[in-house]
Amino acid sequence: MSELNQFNNMCKKSSDELTHDTSQLDEVLKVYKNKPGSMITILQKAQDIYGYLPKDIICYISQETLIKTPIIYGVATFYTQFRLQPVGEYLILLCKGTACHVNGANEIEQTICDELNIQNGETTEDGIFTLNNVACLGCCSLSPVMMINGETYAKMTPKKARSILRDLRKKSKLNAGKEDQV
Amino acid sequence: MKIIIGQGSCGIAAGADKVTVAIQKELESRNHPLEIELAGCCGTCYLEPIVDVVSDNGQKTTFVSVKPEHIAEILDFAIHQKQPKDAVIMGDNDQASLDKQVRIALRNAGVLNPEKIEDYLANDGYKAIQKCLQEMTPQDVIEDVKISGLRGRGGAGFPTWFKWQAANQQKATPKYIVCNGDEGDPGAFMDRSILEGDPHSVIEGMMIGGYAIGANEGIIYVRAEYPLAIKRLEIALKQAREKGILGKNIFGTGFDFDIWIKAGAGAFVCGEETALIASLEGQRGMPRLKPPFPAQKGYWGKPTNINNVETFANIPWILLSGGSAFAALGTEKSKGTKVFALAGKIQRGGLIEIPMGLTLREVIYDIGGGIQDNKAFKAVQMGGPSGGCIPASLLDTPIDYESITATGAIMGSGGMIVMDETTCMVDMARFFLDFTCKESCGKCVQCRVGTKRMLEILERITNGEGKDGDIELLEDLCQKVKDGSLCALGGTAPNPVLTTLQYFRDEYEAHIYEHRCPAHNCKKLLTYTIKEDLCVGCGACAKKCPSDAISGEPKKVHSIHQELCIKCGTCKTVCTFNAIEAL
Repeated sequence: MSELNQFNNMCKKSSDELTHDTSQLDEVLKVYKNKPGSMITILQKAQDIYGYLPKDIICYISQETLIKTPIIYGVATFYTQFRLQPVGEYLILLCKGTACHVNGANEIEQTICDELNIQNGETTEDGIFTLNNVACLGCCSLSPVMMINGETYAKMTPKKARSILRDLRKKSKLNAGKEDQV
Repeated sequence: MKIIIGQGSCGIAAGADKVTVAIQKELESRNHPLEIELAGCCGTCYLEPIVDVVSDNGQKTTFVSVKPEHIAEILDFAIHQKQPKDAVIMGDNDQASLDKQVRIALRNAGVLNPEKIEDYLANDGYKAIQKCLQEMTPQDVIEDVKISGLRGRGGAGFPTWFKWQAANQQKATPKYIVCNGDEGDPGAFMDRSILEGDPHSVIEGMMIGGYAIGANEGIIYVRAEYPLAIKRLEIALKQAREKGILGKNIFGTGFDFDIWIKAGAGAFVCGEETALIASLEGQRGMPRLKPPFPAQKGYWGKPTNINNVETFANIPWILLSGGSAFAALGTEKSKGTKVFALAGKIQRGGLIEIPMGLTLREVIYDIGGGIQDNKAFKAVQMGGPSGGCIPASLLDTPIDYESITATGAIMGSGGMIVMDETTCMVDMARFFLDFTCKESCGKCVQCRVGTKRMLEILERITNGEGKDGDIELLEDLCQKVKDGSLCALGGTAPNPVLTTLQYFRDEYEAHIYEHRCPAHNCKKLLTYTIKEDLCVGCGACAKKCPSDAISGEPKKVHSIHQELCIKCGTCKTVCTFNAIEAL
């Protein structure tokens, strides 16, 4: 409850200070704001635009749709797809489905956490990687699998996971010009 | 002559994209245009990427586990009939395992191009809906589905005709028909493959259902985690509209029907009908009390019929071939075929479709090829978080709704995860409780709190801190969660615990009373040692050990001080020489 109150207060304070550009979102709202039952779709499109659901944008959606922020917040926190925090340049979705679990997903998770020094749900300090465990990616016969920015990596081993992450770190835009830190 | 590349999500994950690019490049450099088609998953996921070469007389040669470097050989074979050297043609065993199956729901998956409506139309596509509209009344349609004996393929196994009849009899309008593609069971991918490989048959099935209940609007609810399925559905819907198959006055019969897609946002409980409807309405997906059933009051309070993807995919075939043809397959109470996703420690993982009544042994050994690495079979998990683990002693159980339910598991949507001797059954129960605990919507106290308490007990046991009385406490909680939950999520959440307790109670007891994990899986109950013959003394493990329990001189064999070891397993993950043994 305190989290909710905090969120509401925050909304009141920051409602004037919309820090994000809403031109793309306005197009979405034009189509959906008067269509009942569209909240999930609006939030999905907003997340596509901003990468996550910033608080000022939730407040803005609330003003436009006349749906109260706690209700929007309730929907946003109910579904695993929605994020209230920005994610790194590479979003790692580590499958923790049954088949992956049986075939060693925990070891892969431990390796990723060790390599990046983060836990599930966290982002590395340099903003390059975010790790999210997910329930199932539906590629069970290639388990264990992980998906990074839409690309699926099959039949993972701790060694493979490490080398994939190191390669991506080298390729990272945020690392451009810097010495390889690994 | 044409080339077909399997492009389901699994094929793409295995590298089908790269293979496609390589084929296009090679054809360009040879200046030899050949027709390239894409297809969905044909089910043999363990052989992906798959490339079919189809000659002009229709003869098909299937290349498996294709790598870009095989392309030149495959094209030499296709164009010059030159026998390949390194590229692998599908073996007889794999072919035999395909031949044992009977494909109705999967009849087009992996065969037709899912992005071309012409392919579907050329294979009796949309003939069933045409037949219904022109020759049958809605009541005739329901009657034929009744004869077929088709039961809901989403898990509960409720007779499809009965649901249609209930929705048909409602007076209120408009009515809606919904396809439940929120495949949330971790370890199941039947619906994904059907939607990716044969979207038109689901659309046609929905149209027939719509006609039968008197709905003019259909909604497909698909998981957002299945972007390719959504894309292929969008293409299919667009093509159907362009051909006048969806829209107004379909086939000149005055029947109007259209479908739109709703992307789910990730919540297992939305597989439950009333939760799914709440989600369609843009709310939190929380189930409500039934009755009223969705057939009476569903989407926006109007009569709504919800069926699973696989159920709809069966419908066109049933209406074209007749309900009795479907009923001729399967057992007395479970008619027809069922699709299963075989995964886990199985040789030939993938998607299979079999007539009901085959035994588990036939599926796992004859079709699935048995267990990987010649290990011993321990159990098969059916029904996901709502189901249970069936032990080796029950391998001769026939696969039908009643027999599977009698084991304590459920048929479920079709996930079949095979486990070998290295899988800890207590950990398996913990895994599923972790899942249901996270996915509980929080409405009912018993489910919200009960699953959490059960998870804590299971974590305690797998961490070696189990207490005398924990098993009895678990059993008591199982009953209370079952009794006190409104929907099937809570009502079935204890099943993984109950079945493992029923068949593998000794494993629970070994964890609690002997502080030992018989499968050598639970980290806290293992002893870590260094194999002297494999250790090169690189020191990586000593550097990472959080409790400084590893010592040794550089380039010499290291050792672990057991009294300091906290059993975190870090040494095992960092060792690149496989020198750490955990027993």
